[in-house]
Amino acid sequence: MNGIPSSTYFTAPPDWGWLIVFYFFFGGLAGGCYFIAVLIDFFGRPEDRPLARLGYLISFPCLIISGILLTVDLYRPERFWHMLIESNTLQPMFKYWSPMSVGSWSLLIFGIFSFLSFLSALADSGRVTWSGARRLRPPGTIGGIISIIGGLFAFYVAGYTGVLLAVTNRPIWSDSPLLGMLFVISAASISAALMILLAERNRWTMPGIADLHRMDVWVLALELIVLIAFLISLGPVFRAWFSVWGVVLLLGVVVLGMLVPLSLSWRRQWLGGLNATATAALVLIGGFILRMAIVLGAEAV
Amino acid sequence: MNMAEPMGFYTDTTVCIGCKACEVACKEWNQLPSTNGGQNTLSGDSYDNTRRLDGLHWRHVKFVEQFTEDRGEGRWLLMSDVCKHCVQAACLEVCPTNAIIRTEFDTVVIQSDACNGCRDCITACPFGVIDINPVSGTAQKCTLCYDRLQTGMEPACSKACPTDSIQFGTISDLRGRAQKRVEQLQQGGEKRAYLYGADEKMLGGLNSFFLLVDKPEVYGLPPDPKMPTRNLVPGTLFSMLGAVLVGLIGIFNFRNRGARAREETRL
Repeated sequence: MNGIPSSTYFTAPPDWGWLIVFYFFFGGLAGGCYFIAVLIDFFGRPEDRPLARLGYLISFPCLIISGILLTVDLYRPERFWHMLIESNTLQPMFKYWSPMSVGSWSLLIFGIFSFLSFLSALADSGRVTWSGARRLRPPGTIGGIISIIGGLFAFYVAGYTGVLLAVTNRPIWSDSPLLGMLFVISAASISAALMILLAERNRWTMPGIADLHRMDVWVLALELIVLIAFLISLGPVFRAWFSVWGVVLLLGVVVLGMLVPLSLSWRRQWLGGLNATATAALVLIGGFILRMAIVLGAEAV
Repeated sequence: MNMAEPMGFYTDTTVCIGCKACEVACKEWNQLPSTNGGQNTLSGDSYDNTRRLDGLHWRHVKFVEQFTEDRGEGRWLLMSDVCKHCVQAACLEVCPTNAIIRTEFDTVVIQSDACNGCRDCITACPFGVIDINPVSGTAQKCTLCYDRLQTGMEPACSKACPTDSIQFGTISDLRGRAQKRVEQLQQGGEKRAYLYGADEKMLGGLNSFFLLVDKPEVYGLPPDPKMPTRNLVPGTLFSMLGAVLVGLIGIFNFRNRGARAREETRL
């Protein structure tokens, strides 16, 4: 192919820029914080409930921010509803084979569940006086159902953006099927990191924070493996990373966002009390740079 | 919808003279404004100042100069590029608003009043045909002059083409004509002549296909265009695997300790 590594190199960039990078970041946090909160609610200690509450409290605002970012990114924002209702027929608009279509519906449905859990979290912290709101999260049947369905949608919202990028014809994005997996795992790592940071800021001392930190280290190690698998799966398109974005990916994501936090976790004496905070902050920054490098790196090809 | 016979373009690049009449006719008929208010700059790339297909240029004449170092020998390859109106259209497949439709002529048209400018179609088109029209804020491309076809007229570009490099007609008729032309060229010594996208192997067939005399990539065409949904099932399955692994890691980290804590409370 005259030195061109893939047929994907003949496509045009869609001009998905910073708004989409931020959307991927906040969408990952919205989904990730929610499913971590559900896991804590179902499997954690009773004294870890405030930590789960924190997850719900982060999820919904992040989802609202995501919706705004997505709408503003449209060239015709006033037509955002065309994603849900077919404008010509006013029938529901749904294509199960289009990740953007399924994603739009998922954001809406997840928004409902995330809002209910947000309400219950507010009630839990005494900011909403309606007693029924407490039943919207586990334990309890209604709360359990909301959390399970919401948790499944949370996983989808956290990962569908990677599948959306793969279901294109752009270089890098569509040259591997692993982006969705990478985004789900990254959503877990950045969400755990943000929850740790906020818990530390509130000077919470419940034992679940240590569990969350341990989980984050495991997830981060898995993320590093999947990132390497993703890069290998690109085949000849790997050389698209021989650019400034490759340097950003290597230094910003692999070194700063993964290897340094992993080292800090294994060598806890290095920064003493600051270790957990520094680790979480770096994971969060690395997660943002990952989305930036993948979105803008492919845009630049 | 009553299906008419599939219609399309056959572009014989060997008789294109690079006059750009097709570009002008397209712009004029479709009322596409000039770039940057007419303050266009020269590209420095041969005679190609259009540069690429986009929301304001639905026809683009490519100029490929193939010359030896001393310019003693060489040739021009000229090609009027356009939307391929694929039988399996990637843009139509991913469009989340159903703004992109297949017409009764088997062509692919973007309804500007339904498009919200999400740009998913731009990422999906394997040929880089679609782009945003800055005037409408919607994705746009060649409609194969759908409005003219509905009244029995020929598309503006093929009507304007002075050498019949762009031919319009029914796909079956065009394929027959194109095949004869390939045979004629090969008998005349141009053994490199072949058809690009004329059969079902490429995206079910391109309703706008080309006669080329060099590799597709020389003309800026992908040798192996694919549908974007090829990644849908594997991508979804891998995502689910990721979700399961994350879930298991979470459960593993919270469950034992949570169970132990509950056990201790009970004791």
